[in-house]
Amino acid sequence: MNHLDRLEEQSIFILREAFHKIERLAMLWSAGKDSQTILWLVRKAFFGRVPFPAVFMETGFDMPELIALRDRLAKEWNLNLIVARNNVEGMNPSKGRVVCCSALLKENLKKIVARHNFGGLIVGVRRDEDPTRAKERYFSPRDAHMEWHVEDQPPELWDQFNTDLAGSVHLRVHPLLHWTESDIWEYAEREQIPMAQLYFARHGKRHRSLGCVPCTSAIESDADTPAKIRAELRATKKSERSVRAQDQESEDAFEKLRRDGYM
Amino acid sequence: MHSTEQLRIVIAGHVDHGKSTFIGRLFHDTGSLPEGKFEQIQAACERRGVPFEWAFLTDGLQAERDQNVTIDTGHIWFRTPRRRCVLIDAPGHKEFLKNMVTGAAGAEAALLLIDAVEGVREQTRQHEQLLQLLGIKQVVVLVNKMDRCGFRVDVFRRLAAGYPGKLVIPICAKTGDNIAAKSANMPWYDGPTALEALDGFESPEPPANLPLRLPVQDIYRFDNRRIVAGRIESGALRVGDRILFSPRHKLGTVQSLEGRQSVGITLAEQIFVERGQIISHEHDAPLVADVFSAKLFWLGKQKLDIGRRLKLKLVTQEIECHIESLSNITDDGAFADVAIRTKRPIAFDTHDRVAATGRFVLVDQHRVCGGGIITKGESIERSQNVFWTETEVSRADRERRNKHKGTVVWLTGLSASGKSTIASALERELFALGMHTYVLDGDNIRHGLSANLGFRPDDRTENIRRVGEVAKLFCDAGIIVVVAFISPYRDDRRLARSLVDEGDFVEVHVNASLAACERRDKKGLYRKARAGEIANFTGVSAPYEPPEHAEIVLDTERHTPAECVEQILRHLQDNGRI
Ligand SMILES: Nc1nc2c(ncn2[C@@H]2O[C@H](COP(=O)(O)OP(=O)(O)OP(=O)(O)O)[C@@H](O)[C@H]2O)c(=O)[nH]1
Ligand SMILES: [Mg+2]
Repeated sequence: MNHLDRLEEQSIFILREAFHKIERLAMLWSAGKDSQTILWLVRKAFFGRVPFPAVFMETGFDMPELIALRDRLAKEWNLNLIVARNNVEGMNPSKGRVVCCSALLKENLKKIVARHNFGGLIVGVRRDEDPTRAKERYFSPRDAHMEWHVEDQPPELWDQFNTDLAGSVHLRVHPLLHWTESDIWEYAEREQIPMAQLYFARHGKRHRSLGCVPCTSAIESDADTPAKIRAELRATKKSERSVRAQDQESEDAFEKLRRDGYM
Repeated sequence: MHSTEQLRIVIAGHVDHGKSTFIGRLFHDTGSLPEGKFEQIQAACERRGVPFEWAFLTDGLQAERDQNVTIDTGHIWFRTPRRRCVLIDAPGHKEFLKNMVTGAAGAEAALLLIDAVEGVREQTRQHEQLLQLLGIKQVVVLVNKMDRCGFRVDVFRRLAAGYPGKLVIPICAKTGDNIAAKSANMPWYDGPTALEALDGFESPEPPANLPLRLPVQDIYRFDNRRIVAGRIESGALRVGDRILFSPRHKLGTVQSLEGRQSVGITLAEQIFVERGQIISHEHDAPLVADVFSAKLFWLGKQKLDIGRRLKLKLVTQEIECHIESLSNITDDGAFADVAIRTKRPIAFDTHDRVAATGRFVLVDQHRVCGGGIITKGESIERSQNVFWTETEVSRADRERRNKHKGTVVWLTGLSASGKSTIASALERELFALGMHTYVLDGDNIRHGLSANLGFRPDDRTENIRRVGEVAKLFCDAGIIVVVAFISPYRDDRRLARSLVDEGDFVEVHVNASLAACERRDKKGLYRKARAGEIANFTGVSAPYEPPEHAEIVLDTERHTPAECVEQILRHLQDNGRI
C-alpha cells in the first residue's frame, strides 16, 4: 500500500470510531488546507456524506476567500454548517495577540461547545506543526473548563482510543495527527481537493497557513501548484507556524493557549 | 513517490540517558533544525539559567523544560539521505511508562540508548522487554555519554557484550560524536554512525497470504442501503465472497464493496450484523473462545492480580473479562504470562498468525491499564459450544445488567404459526448477544398466573391483560421480553401496547395462512378443534383479528425461523433498542 493510502486509511478509521462512539460529534472547519482535507476524508469515510455539523468560527478578521469557499462548499456538499462568532467589543490584536486569540477563538469555542453540548470535536491539528501538538493523542479528553491535562494523558495504542468520558466534558479528535504539511499537499493534488487560492503564489507571494488577516503573513514564494509547494517545503527551514504572529509572543504562548482549549 | 515512504523509529532507554539530547543533536548535525530553533532553545535555557540543552527540541512543554525530563512521547519528522522517518521520543522515567508504550506501539524500529557510565538500568530492561513484546525486532543500541568515561573502549565493550548479534554504537549525544559524523575521539570504532544506522533499518513488509480479517466497525443506514463498515486488517475481500461473522457464526455473501482497506460492504442476505464481529472467509476463520493465553504488559496503578474485572478491547470487540491465571511476573510487576477469561466467547487469532486480531488492551475505570499479545487459544468446538446451543437462560445470567433498552416484543398469530419457535430462537440470539431477555408464553403463564382462565372471549381478554402487565414489569426491569401468545383481539393488543411507552412495544405479526397452520398441526389441535373436541379454537371456532399496523410482519411460510429472527433483530437495531 502506498504512503498516502496508509495515511488516509488511518484517518478514516479514526473518523468512524469517533462517529460510532461520540454523541453529538462535530467538526471544526476553517476551510483551510487541513480542514479541507478532513472534510474530504469524512466524505470518504461516510460514503459521500458529512453526518455531523461543521462548525466555522468567525472572528471578524476572517479571510474573505475562505468565507466564500465555505459558503460554496456548504451548499455543494450539503453541510450542516454552524457559524459561530464571539463579538467582543473593541477586541483586536493590538490588545495583545494572545489576548485577542483567547477572546475571539478560544472563548468562542467554549461557548459553542457549551451551547450545543458537543461530546466531541474533530480538529485538524498535526504533530508536525509544533512541539505541543507533537505530543497529542488521536482522542484527547478535555475537562469541564476545556483544559488539556498534558502531564497525564491516557495511553493510546493499537488504535484503541479513549472514548469513554470519565470526568471529561468533551473529546478532541485529531484524524490528521500523523500527517505532515507535505503529505497534505501531496494528497490534495492526488485527490483534487478544493483549496483556497491564497495558498498558491501570485506576484511572488503565497500563504502557508491561514488564520486571521492581521496575524497571518504571506511568504515569498513562486510555488503556484501543490507539487511546487512540496518542493518548496523540502527546501525551507522555516516552520509552518512562523507565519502566525500569536505564537511568537513568548516561549510558552502557544502551549498556554492550547492547554486552555485552543485547537 | 518512494521518497515519501516513512519509517517510525522509537528512541527508548532509561531516564536521563540522553534520548532527547540525541534527537536534538541529530537534527543539528544534519542541518535539519528549523530556522531560529537553535536561538529559541538558547533563549529558553538562558531564561532558566541552565547550560544549553539539545533535549529542548522535543521537550517542548514548559514542565518538561523546567524539570529537564521528557513527560510525554513526542513525534518529530526527520529526513535521512535514504528516507523520511518519524522519530518517536519516548520518556524514560518509570512513571511515564504508559506514554512510552503509546509511542513505542506504533514503531517499526527502535534505538535503545544506554548511559556509558550508568549502564543498563531498570527502564533499559523494561523498554527492551516491551519492544520485544510489541514485536519490534529491529533494535540498534547506542551507548551514550562516552565523554563521561573518557571515550574508553573497555567501557564500551563491556556494555556491548550484553547485546550479542545487535549493532551497538558508541556515541556522545552532547558533542555529536558518531551521530552524523565519525568520532575523532573514538578511533577504535569503525562501524556505522547513528545516522547510518537509521538508514540501515528496513521498512517491514506486510506479511502476504494472511487470512481475511475484517472487524465490523459500524453499520450505516444513511439511505435504504445497509452498509457494514470496517477496516480490512489482513487478507483480501471480493464481491461475491462467502463470508463468516465470528463469534456469532453467521454466513453471508458480499453483494457490493466500496473502498480499499477501510471498506463498506452490503450483503446479499438479510442477516443481523453488529459492531465487533470479525468477518473472515468460511474456511479460514479466527479462533472463537472465552479463554486464551497471552503475554501481558501492565500499566495499572494497582498490582496485577487474579480475578479483577476489566474491560478487554480487541479490534472492535469490547467485553468484560478477568485474569484467570498469572505466572512469570517480572520483579517490576510490568510483565506477566496470563490466561484471560472473557464473559462470552470472542473472536481472535494468535499474534504470530494475525497481529491485528492477536492483540488487545485492558481497560480499568475508563483507562487503558495494560495490553498484550495472544500466544495461545483453542476454539470451542461448535458442537459442544455451550454458548451457541444454550436453550435455557439462567436467572443469574439475566440479573446482570446490560446495555440495551427494555422492550416488549409481542408475537401474535394463529396457533402453529411459529410464535414459540421464533420466540425461543430470538431469546437465544439475544442472550448470545449479551442481552437480558425472557419469553412469556402459554407454558409459563397459562399454568400459573392465568391458571384460573379458560378460552372464552372474556377469559382471553383477561389473560392478555395479565400478560401485558407482566410484560410491562419486565420492560421496566430493562429486559427484552418476548411475548408469544395468539392474542387474537386487536383491542387486547392495543391495551397491552398502551401499558408501556411508545417505542417500547414492538408488535410482530407471525403470519401464516390458516391452511398452512392446519397442515403443520404438530400437536393435533386443529384436528381436535375440527372434530369439536376443543371449543373456542382460534381460526376454527373463534375469530383471529390480524394486526393492521404491526411493526413487523413475518411470513413464516416463506422464511425460516432463523430468517425471521434476523428480521426482528434488525428492526430492534434500526430502532435503537439493541
Ligand atoms: N556528558 C554528557 N551528557 C549528556 C549526553 N547526552 C545527554 N546528556 C545530558 O543528560 C541529561 C539528560 O538528557 P536527556 O536527553 O534529557 O535524557 P532523556 O533520555 O531524554 O531523558 P528522559 O526523556 O527524561 O527519559 C541532560 O542534562 C543532557 O545534557 C552526553 O553524551 N554526554
Ligand atoms: Mg527525553
